Amino acid sequence: MPLTPEQVRHIGHLARLALTEEEVLAYTGQVSEILEYAQILSRLDTDSIPPTASVIPQRGVMRDDVVEPSLSQEEALANAPHASDGYFVVDAILEGE
Amino acid sequence: MSLHLLSLTELAAGLRRGDFSAVEVSRAFLDRVERLDGNVNAFLSTDPDHTLAQAAEADRRLAAGEPGALLGVPLAIKDIISTEHFPTTCGSHMLADYRAPRPATVMERLDQAGALVLGKTNTDEFAMGSSTENSAFGPTRNPWDATRVPGGSSGGSAAAVAARFAPAALGTDTGGSVRQPASFCGVPGIKPTYGRISRSGVVAFASSLDQVGVFGRTSRDCAAVLTALCGHDRRDATSSDLPVPDFAASLTGQISDLRIGVPHEYFIAGIEPDVEAAVRAAVARLGDLGGQLGEATLPHTEYALPAYYIIAEAEASANLARYDGIRYGYHEEAPADSESDLSPMWEAYCRTRGHGFGAEVKRRIMLGTYVLSAGYYDAYYLKAQKVRTLIRQDFDRAFEQYDVLVCPTAPATAFRLGEKTADPLQMYLADVLTIAPSLAGLPAMSVPCGLAEGLPVGLQIIGRPYDEATVLRVADALERTGDWHLRLPLP
Repeated sequence: MPLTPEQVRHIGHLARLALTEEEVLAYTGQVSEILEYAQILSRLDTDSIPPTASVIPQRGVMRDDVVEPSLSQEEALANAPHASDGYFVVDAILEGE
Repeated sequence: MSLHLLSLTELAAGLRRGDFSAVEVSRAFLDRVERLDGNVNAFLSTDPDHTLAQAAEADRRLAAGEPGALLGVPLAIKDIISTEHFPTTCGSHMLADYRAPRPATVMERLDQAGALVLGKTNTDEFAMGSSTENSAFGPTRNPWDATRVPGGSSGGSAAAVAARFAPAALGTDTGGSVRQPASFCGVPGIKPTYGRISRSGVVAFASSLDQVGVFGRTSRDCAAVLTALCGHDRRDATSSDLPVPDFAASLTGQISDLRIGVPHEYFIAGIEPDVEAAVRAAVARLGDLGGQLGEATLPHTEYALPAYYIIAEAEASANLARYDGIRYGYHEEAPADSESDLSPMWEAYCRTRGHGFGAEVKRRIMLGTYVLSAGYYDAYYLKAQKVRTLIRQDFDRAFEQYDVLVCPTAPATAFRLGEKTADPLQMYLADVLTIAPSLAGLPAMSVPCGLAEGLPVGLQIIGRPYDEATVLRVADALERTGDWHLRLPLP
């Protein structure tokens, strides 16, 4: 089932990607084509097949709960586009004041 | 002496003997990069002063007889691996100015073995691509023919080794990103078993598939570097705690005890006749060496590529959600006069990501987001994970009968720059023969096995989980029957 431009805009919204109208049209065709190609998977009966999420056998990996050195505040902020007084700077998300 | 012509193994031994110094070795490669990389664009960054200072320190340690299997040997590193002293751009505008706060575990392991860094190599953006054309910093060109791609996504590393800019290089392989460029550039390249090498500090693309891999001048070079990199790391919960052998010790040249399967599904319709001929001839040489050849079957092969593109893109869309333009990377504000009904913060996210990522990365995030979205998860993502099980079972059955499987690495030689950029699906098909071993997490390698119209052809060798030793043994035995891996594309 091919995607519509409206669906592509919605996916772009979910993925937080600003898309131009040109991109919306290009991705509508290209992503549809890839999904259509993927339809060959439906030829396989997989009802009784368990999924593989990882080839590593599932196991819990634990370590002792002890404090260890981590990045300093300075190191953690070193790549921030905007930092101030030891904080990341973000836009206001609350109205008013 | 032409130091750039020596293999990593020869360089390490010569440095230890004092035949030449680490400074001389690094200078020889850096001079070559300076002189010739303008036409190749294998490197995104070098820092000659830093590398030569490290080399001088290595010379002091060599003189003092300090240990280190790779002491004084310089390597090229794919720019998706976090590195000290160098940028880590992932081939993306998003991380153009990014400096990793700490090195990847593989870089610490190389450091412990005494290796040096020559520079960081070009890659498709976030390792998403098959040609290195998706780099935000321009494509890499194939040293064998500058009108052709080096393959990808580790095209810069493969080209660097092929052009003798470095004796060995690190890449990463999610669906073929070490093996396919190794094939296109005529160098050996190995992706070990998923979990053999720590992924800590390797910028994530698809976490259930990503593995660091190695390019070398010879299979013995790959074995030496792999031995230094493998092993458990507490910073990567998926890293294996199985013992790591000295892989070079397995390179006996003897393969008469091995049952070698040839999966007929890998000689697909559309394979270039010259590629098939070169691969068949290499398989026959393995038979001449005493390898017990037989036909194998991997019946779900044709389903691997679509399953991969669903699984990898689903994981990518989740992994790349971290690029929010706040903690690191490219940042774009919402304009003050914005007419958008989104909040300024939401609009900043969308602009940062919409403009920071390139077209292929966005396409994959879109596909991944779609297949994970409500109503489509079962039809695409869950279905692909079930098909992944069928593909693993194919290999399990084949390995009941055979010790290794051999087949082409790619259905064609290096294609022309721009040839596939307009058609994403055609580009994805360049990886059709490397994808299935990735989904099964298996060790797999490409080794040069011939030329087709003057361009390199690779033989892919696929092994059982954690049996890199046998894969390397077969590759090394094949190298002893010819000099394909020693052919030089550049003077």
